[in-house]
Amino acid sequence: MLERIRVRLRHLSGTDIALWLISVVLVVLIVVGSYRSLTSGRYTVRQWLDFVIFGLAQGGVYALIALGYTMVYGVLQMINFAHSEVFMSGPFTAYFVANALDKAGYFDSHPIISLGIVFIVAMTVSMVVAVVLEMLAYRPLRGSPRLVPLITAIGASFFLQYTFRGLYGSGVKAYPDIAMLHGTWHIAGLNIQKTLVVVFIAAIFLLVALYTFVQKTKVGMGIRSVAEDQQAAALMGVDVDRMISMTFAVGGAGAGAAGVLYALIFKQVHFFMGFVPGIKAFTAAVLGGIGNIPGAMLGGLFLGVFESLGPSLFLEGLGVPASYQLKDAIAFTMLVLVLIFRPTGILGERIAKRA
Amino acid sequence: MAFFEIENLHVYYGFIHALKGISLTVEEGEIVTLIGANGAGKTTTLRTISGLLRPQEGDVRFNGESLLRYRPHEIVKMGIIHVPEGRRVFARMTVQENLEMGAYVREDKDGIAQDLKRVFKLFPRLEERRSQLAGTLSGGEQQMLAIGRALMSRPRVLLMDEPSMGLAPVLVEEIFDTIKELNETQNLTILLVEQNAHMALQIAHRGYVLETGTITIQGSAQELAQNPEVQKAYLGM
Ligand SMILES: Nc1ncnc2c1ncn2[C@@H]1O[C@H](COP(=O)(O)OP(=O)(O)OP(=O)(O)O)[C@@H](O)[C@H]1O
Ligand SMILES: [Mg+2]
Repeated sequence: MLERIRVRLRHLSGTDIALWLISVVLVVLIVVGSYRSLTSGRYTVRQWLDFVIFGLAQGGVYALIALGYTMVYGVLQMINFAHSEVFMSGPFTAYFVANALDKAGYFDSHPIISLGIVFIVAMTVSMVVAVVLEMLAYRPLRGSPRLVPLITAIGASFFLQYTFRGLYGSGVKAYPDIAMLHGTWHIAGLNIQKTLVVVFIAAIFLLVALYTFVQKTKVGMGIRSVAEDQQAAALMGVDVDRMISMTFAVGGAGAGAAGVLYALIFKQVHFFMGFVPGIKAFTAAVLGGIGNIPGAMLGGLFLGVFESLGPSLFLEGLGVPASYQLKDAIAFTMLVLVLIFRPTGILGERIAKRA
Repeated sequence: MAFFEIENLHVYYGFIHALKGISLTVEEGEIVTLIGANGAGKTTTLRTISGLLRPQEGDVRFNGESLLRYRPHEIVKMGIIHVPEGRRVFARMTVQENLEMGAYVREDKDGIAQDLKRVFKLFPRLEERRSQLAGTLSGGEQQMLAIGRALMSRPRVLLMDEPSMGLAPVLVEEIFDTIKELNETQNLTILLVEQNAHMALQIAHRGYVLETGTITIQGSAQELAQNPEVQKAYLGM
């Protein structure tokens, strides 16, 4: 035992020691910050719970987007950086439908049907954008070095952003206000905003539905087989190209639905709206172990809560001014840390062992 | 017209000329073995038949129809199934899911259920482990799973790439007995690629010797087993 420690110490490089020190410092900062915030009494228990609830709703949105990143990575070992624009294109297009429904008074008379229509439009558009993107931009590059489709993805991301900007302008468009979602519900002794409840439940429902699709249906099995071994899948009679299209379709539908939920929380759409949630969902996917579907879902929920609690919990306790504005920095710091310390993600190891 | 035939097949990897015009035939109900040393081009031949590789020249025909214009999954639908080198089972799926993957091109639920029973009867060890992840099976069990998975497609032609690789002699014997049994009881046509020429020639009807992309010797299994060159190079005599 001692001998082994000695051997490890001898092999320790300067970088290892620096990384180790960084992680110790971070843990200490988080613990001290959290302790000071919790003991200062600036927030009541209710307020902490509000942060958690908002975090869960937001995390559900991240989880739905993350599904697309992780599934595409699973089948193509590629990060689809244009996925954030797949996310934007659905709700952005559905905005026009939502607006028309609102003007016709439909959102007041039939709120659920109207919302359903908006969801279907957004999911369909995102799905089509994702599938066409794969066919036109990525399929011709199959078999080329991995950097090539990655650069193409970034190009496609800009292309989609500026297409929407060119067509519909750079202004923020306000999603119709839905009267049905005003106010709060009294659940388990808490008053919770209706919007957050609806968003969270819808997100969980969609996550379960998409996961079941991947686990239980024949197409889902085809997708999983392609993710494991493309050639072996082809040798079993799986149409690999079709499964790759289906993967983009499932991921696109998830992202489109996530976009509507996002618009319900923040009440607006914008040509650039995909960027930040996109990177956060990517963080969530990495956190859960890229390629791992349940991992991406848990990663999304975790990141949503962590980011919602973080500013008040440990940044304020450390005396950081305007801590709420640093919430994005928390997510990105987490991405960098996970990539440095645990690139296989939190659930990654189990996969590695099983494979 | 042969049941299954390869004619003057040329395959390149970049500048490497891996198959230099090979021709062979397999008749219905036959076991034909393709033996050769490392790098001779055995796997390349099977991958070309399955549509994973495109030949520069030559043809692969099944029942007189060229397979070259079909994609791999369409070739599986026609009844040609390939048990790849190194087994390639889906490690993160259960044994049962792997077998279901074998039946991917089929829609007849009842027939699939029947075949699942047949495979379990053939390999009882797979039934005991049906809900275990395939990645946790032993090498021999994985080979059984790879064969069982292929059988689930109800193939007409079975292409096998070195089923004996990495297995203990007892297991090799067991696997070869199974192959022979499948051929005899179900009249399954088999193209068997092997380095273990000794075992392959025991169960095959005919054989071809492949050397660096060219077929050098061919004949009945007995002829090959008695050929001095084969004996020296592949049977260690
Ligand atoms: N993907 C590839 N790229 C380049 N060359 C290849 C590739 N695959 C095979 N080769 C070359 O083609 C030749 C034939 O290879 P092949 O895998 O068909 O041999 P094999 O007879 O199956 O050998 P083994 O018994 O070792 O499996 C070899 O010289 C090999 O190096
Ligand atoms: Mg080989």
